[in-house]
Amino acid sequence: MHIFAFYVLALLTVASALVVVTHRNPVVAAVALAFNLISIAGFYILLGAQFIGLLQVIVYAGAIMVLILFVIMLLNLAEEVGPHSAGTFQRVLAPAATLVFAVVLGRALWRTAPSSFPPPSEGFGTAASLGRELFTRYYYPFEVISLLLIVAMVGAVLLAKRKLT
Amino acid sequence: MIDPRLVLVLSGVLFALGAVGVLLHRGAISILMCIELMLNAANLAFITFARLRGGAEAQIYVFFVMTLAAAEAAAGLAIVIALFRLRGTTDVDEINLLKW
Repeated sequence: MHIFAFYVLALLTVASALVVVTHRNPVVAAVALAFNLISIAGFYILLGAQFIGLLQVIVYAGAIMVLILFVIMLLNLAEEVGPHSAGTFQRVLAPAATLVFAVVLGRALWRTAPSSFPPPSEGFGTAASLGRELFTRYYYPFEVISLLLIVAMVGAVLLAKRKLT
Repeated sequence: MIDPRLVLVLSGVLFALGAVGVLLHRGAISILMCIELMLNAANLAFITFARLRGGAEAQIYVFFVMTLAAAEAAAGLAIVIALFRLRGTTDVDEINLLKW
């Protein structure tokens, strides 16, 4: 059952990622990205991290994707047209280099990782266990990241507010 | 039960797909979306390691990466809007003001 769900999710994730990478229409790519993010949330829940999985759906597939789609539609972006100005060199070299990178990375991960999961620890992935860690051991990083969010928010408002000269 | 190596290899494949998208796309928003793809691939690897180690640490890192991605999306899209107002395009090949 688990392994079947895993393969279905893997297929959906890779297919939607391919659409994001290859499609020229940004709206289609954004919808495919939302699909991709929801399938990754499926992986999180399958691996037992249910709180992170729900956060993924709410924060990523909800908030961030709405923001991206809103900007695409606000700017009324058309499809990317014409050849890449960097020419065919980049078009051929980029996928080839990335393929080499993927093979090396995949091989390294395959050889170093163990072949089976240990049984999940007590309360793994619950909001209670994460919240306890977040507000005790990771209290200062938590405060810093909230500061970062405020800075990003102020910066976004300032940047998008008025016409730059 | 699922093989953790398969999940890790899948996250590597997703990361590579995001990377090739960043290299090939010209629209700034398409590049931002491919960066989100790469961040998610890293998150998937983090969750797999969290499940292997059984602790909450790696999940906290995923939480921070998600917050960072939200901040990055907000600031990045604001920059795209400002650029579009200034230059009338989001094509990163056209935006070469700082290029020597």
